[in-house]
Amino acid sequence: MHLILFIMFAGLCLAGALNLLLQKHPINSALSLVVVMTSLAVLYLLLGAEFLAAAQIIVYAGAIMVLFTFVIMLLNAGREERTRGSVSAVALGFPAVAAILAVIATVILKAQDLGSASLSDGITSTEELSRVLFHELLLPFEVTSVLILIAILGAVALARRGNGEEAGK
Amino acid sequence: MTILQFVLFSLLKVLVVTVVLLTAVAYTVLLERKVVGRIQNRWGPSRVGPFGLLQPLVDGVKLFLKEDLVPASVYRPLFLLAPVLALGCALVSIAVVPFGNPAVAPEGFHLFQISDVNIGLLVVLGVTSIGVYGIALAGWSSNNKYSLLGSLRSSAQLISYELALGLSLVGVVLRAGSLNLRVIVESQAGHGILSWNIFGGFQIVAFFIYLTAAYAETNRAPFDLPEAESELTAGYHTEYSSMKFATFFMAEYANMITVSCVASLLFLGGWTSPFGSLLPPPHNIILSALLPIFWFVVKVFFFLFLYIWVRGTLPRFRYDQLMNFGWRYLMPIAILNIVGTSLWLALKH
Amino acid sequence: MIPLSWYLLLSAALFALGIVGFLIRRNLITIFMSIELMLNGVNLSFVTFAHQWHLVKGQIFVFFVMVVAAAEAAVGLAIIISIFRARATLAVDRIDLMKL
Repeated sequence: MHLILFIMFAGLCLAGALNLLLQKHPINSALSLVVVMTSLAVLYLLLGAEFLAAAQIIVYAGAIMVLFTFVIMLLNAGREERTRGSVSAVALGFPAVAAILAVIATVILKAQDLGSASLSDGITSTEELSRVLFHELLLPFEVTSVLILIAILGAVALARRGNGEEAGK
Repeated sequence: MTILQFVLFSLLKVLVVTVVLLTAVAYTVLLERKVVGRIQNRWGPSRVGPFGLLQPLVDGVKLFLKEDLVPASVYRPLFLLAPVLALGCALVSIAVVPFGNPAVAPEGFHLFQISDVNIGLLVVLGVTSIGVYGIALAGWSSNNKYSLLGSLRSSAQLISYELALGLSLVGVVLRAGSLNLRVIVESQAGHGILSWNIFGGFQIVAFFIYLTAAYAETNRAPFDLPEAESELTAGYHTEYSSMKFATFFMAEYANMITVSCVASLLFLGGWTSPFGSLLPPPHNIILSALLPIFWFVVKVFFFLFLYIWVRGTLPRFRYDQLMNFGWRYLMPIAILNIVGTSLWLALKH
Repeated sequence: MIPLSWYLLLSAALFALGIVGFLIRRNLITIFMSIELMLNGVNLSFVTFAHQWHLVKGQIFVFFVMVVAAAEAAVGLAIIISIFRARATLAVDRIDLMKL
């Protein structure tokens, strides 16, 4: 059962990621990214991280990607222009990507007793998660809220019109 | 239960729930037309069948037989995907809603619920947030200014009100100590109406925030700006016709039903009886299974009626008023409600 | 039963695809989405290791990554909007004022 689910959603994930690269229109890419994120949520569920699965759907697929589609719609971004691209990025980038992937893959495949996952493994309850989050990691949590506040201020300041006659969106 | 039995049993439940839900959708439309008719001092549909009871059927046939028009300038794949997405998301979230008392069913069988998920409430929120895509894509792919404006409005509205909606539920979750909808209902089961979250849990503020935000989330009056016919023709579904339009229509009503279900589960004690232990529990096994379902349906019906009543009574908000209301009033009140509830719970322990 | 290395390989593949997208795509928004794809790939390996060690902290890392990604998306998209206002284009090749 676990195997079937894993193959299905891992396949969906990779297909979505590939589609993101191949599609020429940004809105198609955005939707394939939504597919990737949703199938990742299922994989989190398979690994017993149910709260994260929900958070992945709500935060990533439901908020961040909606923001992306919103911006694409707002700017009415059309098809990507065909350009030469950056030669140095391709020339240096692809070997580097291949090297990184090779290194990571060998490390993973060489590693002993990584263990395995099955459906009968325990599920991390939300209670457990919040206990650690709000006891041991309270300070980082509070700091991220400050980060979010700064991000909001930054986004508003950037997106409002320059000469200030019409504030905000 | 073996896996095969489990799958078959689940499929059966899905089938039953979907059929019931779609029928409920059809008759909610009739209810709306009847009630709005009476509010405006006219009869509403009354010709087809007794009291117009067959009207939904005829409407369905009419929409089905209409010409299915796809305008030439639309972006076809997304234009076709959008209604499916909208209806799919509207139907999925009913999967975690418990309809009846699980204590009646034999051990291991979730007879009155498709799946008993630990994070049921988050599932509902997540599925609702995915539903935005249906509307956003419909407007964008139609390649029509009214559609685009309607869908931009609606995405902004949904994102803004989802915050207030989510925050208003925190108080309930704090009180129940769980995100499981079944546990949340059981936490209100003690003394009938007095232990419901809306009264006993002092969540009445949260209840009204939830209700307001949910009206905005489902694009219903007084927040039905995305399809404000006086300014935007028909909003995001201007270019849709025939069954594709009907799909959006059904999605809207299915969303209304889901919101009503969630509201009655979270604030009105779900399937529990308002009389608590005043009424002796029925000894008949069938009666004790059906009575909770009866209470649940009554509560959901109440919310649906409220929806229609509000639609028949209140004028539409202006867009800037809507945004102001969501961000400047609902959000801060919801946050204050969380602070108040946590203080109360902390002092109680 | 699935060996956890499969999850890790999937996460590595997603990360690599993210880098490739970052390199070959020429649209600002798509490049930004490739970054999100990389973050997601890394998140998957965090969850996998959290499962392996039976530690909750791995999952909390993912939680923080999500928060940071949300903040980043808000600011990044605001930057994209203001770039579009100034230059009426989203192609990175045309946004080359600082290039030698």
